[in-house]
Amino acid sequence: MFYASSLYFTGAEIGLSLSALVLLLVAAWGGQKTARLVTILSVAALVGATIFSIHLFDTASVEIAGRAFGDLYRADAFGSFGKILIYLATVAVLIVTPRFFDHRGAYRPEYPVLMLFNAVGMGMMVSATDLMTLYIGLEMSSLASYVLASFLREDTRSAEAGLKYFVLGALASGIILYGVSLVYGFTGTTNYDAIRVAFAANFSTGALFGVVFVLAGMAFKVSAVPFHMWTPDVYEGAPTPVTAFFASAPKVAAMAMLVRLAMEPFAGEVDSWRQIVIFAALASIVVGALGAIGQQSLKRLLAYSSINNVGFILIGLAAATPGGVASVLTYLVIYVAMTIGSFTALLMLRDPSGEPLDNLADISGLSTSRPVLAWCLLALMFSLAGIPPLFGFWGKFVVFQAAIQADLVALAAIGIAASVIGAFYYLKFIKVMFFDDATREVEKHSPTGHWTVLVICVLIISPLGYLLTIPLGDWTTRAAASFVAVM
Amino acid sequence: MIGIEHYIVVSAILFVLGVLGIFLNRKNIIVILMAIELILLAVNINLVAFSAFLGDLVGQVFAMFVLTVAAGEAAIGLAILVIYFRGRGTIAVDDVDRLRG
Repeated sequence: MFYASSLYFTGAEIGLSLSALVLLLVAAWGGQKTARLVTILSVAALVGATIFSIHLFDTASVEIAGRAFGDLYRADAFGSFGKILIYLATVAVLIVTPRFFDHRGAYRPEYPVLMLFNAVGMGMMVSATDLMTLYIGLEMSSLASYVLASFLREDTRSAEAGLKYFVLGALASGIILYGVSLVYGFTGTTNYDAIRVAFAANFSTGALFGVVFVLAGMAFKVSAVPFHMWTPDVYEGAPTPVTAFFASAPKVAAMAMLVRLAMEPFAGEVDSWRQIVIFAALASIVVGALGAIGQQSLKRLLAYSSINNVGFILIGLAAATPGGVASVLTYLVIYVAMTIGSFTALLMLRDPSGEPLDNLADISGLSTSRPVLAWCLLALMFSLAGIPPLFGFWGKFVVFQAAIQADLVALAAIGIAASVIGAFYYLKFIKVMFFDDATREVEKHSPTGHWTVLVICVLIISPLGYLLTIPLGDWTTRAAASFVAVM
Repeated sequence: MIGIEHYIVVSAILFVLGVLGIFLNRKNIIVILMAIELILLAVNINLVAFSAFLGDLVGQVFAMFVLTVAAGEAAIGLAILVIYFRGRGTIAVDDVDRLRG
């Protein structure tokens, strides 16, 4: 009975792991020509895992709250919500990937398999309720990510991105692990609930060091400011579909993991971690906005944009209330749609020979050469800047609302003021597209898969997205209620 | 008598050496890989020492997981290093500068 329910709650991960292993064998035996087949089957596996997670989300109020394997893992509404978002983002990336590599003849069946292993790791990250599961999930996702970043083996920039990501990612994991060892030493347990109880009884300096180390490492993984320096380099060097992936799914996973850490084991020590989160939030918003201003590479620009967005998400976390958690989840949904949309549009920008374009000058005059694409990008950029009729505004609105309800008025005020700086480079992007003369020829046609993903993303962030506010508010509140039950 | 404090101090020194090894090292990337291993081993000393001190086995189980992951991490790090070397013909830290904005 115990194992049966444990296996049931971890069903999404088990299904994905088994499919990944089988597909790895298919890739090993079939070789290069199975790449398409493996991609399609991976998408099918991810869709299956999404449906299972939706089912778990619906039945989240089971008696034992989804605890599996002696509370190493918990399939609660929060975890299921995060997983649905992660799997859907991964599916979107897999749809837009093959064409990018096909142009160089570098698409291999290992790519979707690595994505699946990455998805398993990310699923474990959001559901981990023990420091051990947290570490294994984190490494499973990170190790696959290092390989993905250097997937274009003959391109030195891709290899360099992989190397930088590996070194700094391994350092971050080491910092988290050192913090974990201190927390274990000073509480005598790695279980989240037991840690909270032990902290409530006695919160020693050693344990505080542990918490700070863990949070610093987590800031690394979500690329929040004092630890953001790897982001622009890795995003620029990695192949564009991989960058789209890094900016969406792993960020959701790391943020969900950070939220669970802050709201479960560290819930009693809000005053200890809140200052760190507030500093990281404001610094991310400002550095993300200022750093983007001089950039010529579009991928670097979007990297700074993602740093900027992480700052807003952290404001929601700083509120440290269920409302704050709900606002973080709402922002993440909108952020994923905006990010996947922007990178898909970037993938559709190619010159007639099929070479990808990645320069601010390359998109000049896009409004005449590819008007539909230009208008989609306009909507995405306005949404990223948080300009009202678009849905990106709603994300910022709920985050600031949560901060104000938690009496963090100064934080919200500074955050709103700083978001204006960010608007500058989004508007510059639009100015180059619509008011500069074209300098390069742009390929006129893009595959249907790209258009489908782009149109779905643009519909979500368009004013039509406001139809989603009520169900989205309902879902995120239910997901955030997972922590109320615990606290 | 060697107590828990001694183990914590040794592991803290190893951890700091590892972090400094990543940031102050100007020679080559192999040294960085060694520094990463040093960080993980510092953590393992911590975990095993706490485990023995607390009389709780979880720390030692955790150390086993860390060792396993460290092996995988070293394999992937070296693989990435090999493809980097094939492309650039160097593994000096100062030459890792294609991406800069």
